[in-house]
Amino acid sequence: MKQVDIAVVGAGPAGLHAALMGAERGLDVLVIDNAGQAGGQLVKQTHKFFGSREQRAGTRGIHIADELTKKLSTYTKARLWLSSTVLSYYPADQTLMIEDDAESIRLIQAQRLIIATGASEKLLPFPGNDLPGVYGAGAVQTLMNVHGVKPGRKVLMVGAGNIGLIVSYQLLQSDVEVVAVVEAAPHIGGYAVHASKIRRMGVPIYTSHSVKAARGEQVLERAVIWQLDEQWNGIDSTQFELPCDVLCLAVGLSPLTELLWQAGCRMVFVPELGGHVPWHNGRGATSVPEVFVAGDAGGVEEASSAMATGALAGLSAVESLGQCPDYAEATGAWSRELDALRAGPAGSKIRKGLQSLQL
Amino acid sequence: MDDRDTTIICRCEDLTLRDVQRAIDSGCKTLDEIKRLTRCGMGPCQGRTCRPLVSAQLSRVLKMHPSEITMTRFRPPTKPIKLKALALLKTEAGDEDHD
Repeated sequence: MKQVDIAVVGAGPAGLHAALMGAERGLDVLVIDNAGQAGGQLVKQTHKFFGSREQRAGTRGIHIADELTKKLSTYTKARLWLSSTVLSYYPADQTLMIEDDAESIRLIQAQRLIIATGASEKLLPFPGNDLPGVYGAGAVQTLMNVHGVKPGRKVLMVGAGNIGLIVSYQLLQSDVEVVAVVEAAPHIGGYAVHASKIRRMGVPIYTSHSVKAARGEQVLERAVIWQLDEQWNGIDSTQFELPCDVLCLAVGLSPLTELLWQAGCRMVFVPELGGHVPWHNGRGATSVPEVFVAGDAGGVEEASSAMATGALAGLSAVESLGQCPDYAEATGAWSRELDALRAGPAGSKIRKGLQSLQL
Repeated sequence: MDDRDTTIICRCEDLTLRDVQRAIDSGCKTLDEIKRLTRCGMGPCQGRTCRPLVSAQLSRVLKMHPSEITMTRFRPPTKPIKLKALALLKTEAGDEDHD
């Protein structure tokens, strides 16, 4: 059976950073991703990043993906298997079962495993939620930003977090009408700068509102919206209809944790982190010594944090193999960066979630 | 037909809110029980989309905190595969060559 020092599941911002930490220190690293292209969600992030120079402010997500993939390819001991899916992890002999792009299966033994599988989009249960025209925000981004296809003509965005706001703006840039943004919470969750931008372009944002139903004969024709009371129950007398042919759901993500469950990691339910996440020490170590977690799989945040948690998990895995002489220095720098990303009011939810993870 | 009949919970197995509610009414208290009765979560996505929704519904009806809902077992494989792939799997040395 083939053996590697470190296997990384997921070639998104977290997985690529984790892999680079191992590759830079001379280890055998195998990165596996089920997509045909590395980068994870970065490939659909055509917007420029925020923050500091270290956080790659001003660079578009897709360019970050290219840069990281290229950097990884310079290490001969690092390999990237695309269009490949990890089917299982058997902790007793640290073996991964992987299906490749030809639908054949092989086994790989890994001394350390880093799970950077990301998250999947949440669906909302409302009548008509399977009508053609009801999309997840990720699908809309893939259609527009990867394939250059407009999802429709009139979009209702559900969710005013950063994803909902950014995708709304990208739709407007593509000359698609955004009829409104509805947000169940009493406040806009995303950055004010994004919200202001779409408000200036004439898109109303309804807070404390949600979708009651999607209506249409064969396809989506209109959405029924209503206001929510303090207990998040819809108020009948407030309902109104908005014509739309796309209803875009940007209502949060659930960490993809199957392999962590299979590995026997201790799992904790933390709503602020997106649901069940593995207990981890803030530097990627889980309750299973050989298994590390990075990025959204350990708690839903955004791409910049995923890069930092990925680097930390990578460094921790290398350190646990006794191959990381610069561990203190390197983790210190990434931890400071992560703290900066999570500072301020926008990071309060994630800070609360990480706190309850440690209880 | 009311709204519960057009609210889809499990897209892969085409299960509505009414189907899930019926399972809970018949005594299901865990995700595994609902899964065994309805096939909820047994399709191509292996429950990635419906699991949080069914869990939320159980927690509402049974008045339990979402953290108290027992999760399903997570068994290999993470996605449906062809039996042929398993049959051709070589476990001895040399499996790397695929020949």
